[in-house]
Amino acid sequence: MIDLHSLTIADTKKHLREKDFSAKELVTAYLARIEKLKYLNAFLTVIQDEAIKDAELADKKISQGEDLPLLGIPISLKDMYLTKGLRTTAASKVLENFIPVFDATAVQKLKDAGAIILGKNNQDAWAHGSSGENSDFGPTKNPWNTEYVPGGSSSGPAVAVAADMCLAAGGTDTGGSIRQPACFNNVVGLKPTYGRVSRYGVVAMASSLDTIGHFTKTVEDSALYLQVTAGKDEHDATSYPIEVPTYTKNMKKDIKGLKIGIPKEYFAEGLDKKVEKIVRDALKTYEDLGAEIVEISLPYTEYANACYYIIMSSEVSSNLARYDGIRYGNDRSTFGDEAKRRIMLGTFTLSAGYYDAYYKRAMDVRALLKKDFENAWKTVDVIAAPISPTLPWKLGEKVDDPLAMYLSDIFTITINLVGIPGLAIPVGFLDGLPVGMQLLGPYFSEEKLFQVGYAYEQVNKWFTHKPNLKI
Amino acid sequence: MKINVRHVAKLANLQLTDEEIPKFEKQLSSILDYIKKLQEVDTTGVAETSPTTDSQNIIREDASLQSLPKEDALAGSKNDKTGHFKVKNVLKKT
Repeated sequence: MIDLHSLTIADTKKHLREKDFSAKELVTAYLARIEKLKYLNAFLTVIQDEAIKDAELADKKISQGEDLPLLGIPISLKDMYLTKGLRTTAASKVLENFIPVFDATAVQKLKDAGAIILGKNNQDAWAHGSSGENSDFGPTKNPWNTEYVPGGSSSGPAVAVAADMCLAAGGTDTGGSIRQPACFNNVVGLKPTYGRVSRYGVVAMASSLDTIGHFTKTVEDSALYLQVTAGKDEHDATSYPIEVPTYTKNMKKDIKGLKIGIPKEYFAEGLDKKVEKIVRDALKTYEDLGAEIVEISLPYTEYANACYYIIMSSEVSSNLARYDGIRYGNDRSTFGDEAKRRIMLGTFTLSAGYYDAYYKRAMDVRALLKKDFENAWKTVDVIAAPISPTLPWKLGEKVDDPLAMYLSDIFTITINLVGIPGLAIPVGFLDGLPVGMQLLGPYFSEEKLFQVGYAYEQVNKWFTHKPNLKI
Repeated sequence: MKINVRHVAKLANLQLTDEEIPKFEKQLSSILDYIKKLQEVDTTGVAETSPTTDSQNIIREDASLQSLPKEDALAGSKNDKTGHFKVKNVLKKT
């Protein structure tokens, strides 16, 4: 019997190599668990036969001594990633029967690295949402309490990792869609620097904000996964031609003398006091580890949300204009409410007479937000901040109030506007629900974020805490 | 601020029902009121930012590359019997 709860990518690789179990046994165990946990609604498509075949092939390669970075590692993918020959819906009725004819670059790289894809995960349709409830195929449930939202928009991938239905899962983060569900599920979530991972073949939401990241149980696993997906891709002009470091190389170095900035605007009104206490306890741990906590200010923070909703909606209206039902997919009458709202908001802000007042102004404010962070890096190495101002809320609580839902993203969206990386790490529990914290750094500083996240994780192994699920 | 939902929906090629129009009008107007906040910011002298990283004008060599086979390109369309995409009439018959 394989103990799926305790496995990480790092030690599964060792078990497979030492033949403690085979990839086929592992995949079979995961598929059985996915079946039993169907009620969480984390998967839209499960791949049975193909995954077993892939596992047999992985076993063959292992026995031949082949060593690929993710050989035999079972993963799942948010249904935004195009997978050749495998239905990809973006959780929208528009694409309910869409079968892609090519793989996204990230998918190709994961397959080349030996990963085994178990299925496609549920999400908010088109990645529009912060609760997972905007899926056209029903909401995903939070494994820690199934009456609560798991966060969004990458709801399924976060739950799949949290509930041990796979070892890692691919997500997308346009305004917090990886970090916030990571925070609500007690898992590690990485939003890489804009351009670090190719966006090619991933359904586009807002092209200047979209990043391709992932969920894992531990920081080390997050580094191992990014090692595979990072890099310049000729199919994505915005992927950046900067060298990919060995992410685990400096991961275990201590963090003595590290300066961690605490932006006062992120610890202000609106942040739940009890959540704040847990985040501050985590900062205390960093002090104990020899880091210095420095209070900083990011003065334009209060304008970030308004700025984000203009830029995001404008780009959404442009990207979703291609869905006309002619070349593939259903026609525009099949869009759900949230997509319609964002398409209309973006169409309005880009329309004649309003462009300067909305889009142009938002882009100017975006430049000021970037400047805030440029100034911060003069005094600190990384920044630590809460991810969600509150704990997960109950399913249904905010569905009729889009503005209230949008305001739940205030601590995450700025990072996408600026384009820097953010690593979400679990920092504790409150009333049985998880709390997370994000570590932010300058462009392409993922290596540093892994080091800082790893240091904390050695002291507090929250990933060993597991939800109590009905099987 | 009030938004003309009927007009915007037409621009976006979305068909709304009579019940949807007042609902979206209310929701979108409250969002627009919120984003008005940006008008407070003094942006004099700010250079508009577009790319988040500093990359600009990324071009590749002008060479022909392998593209999708015709069957693949048409695979998702509902009518591929003729080897073409089928679209609605653009011009009206007179």
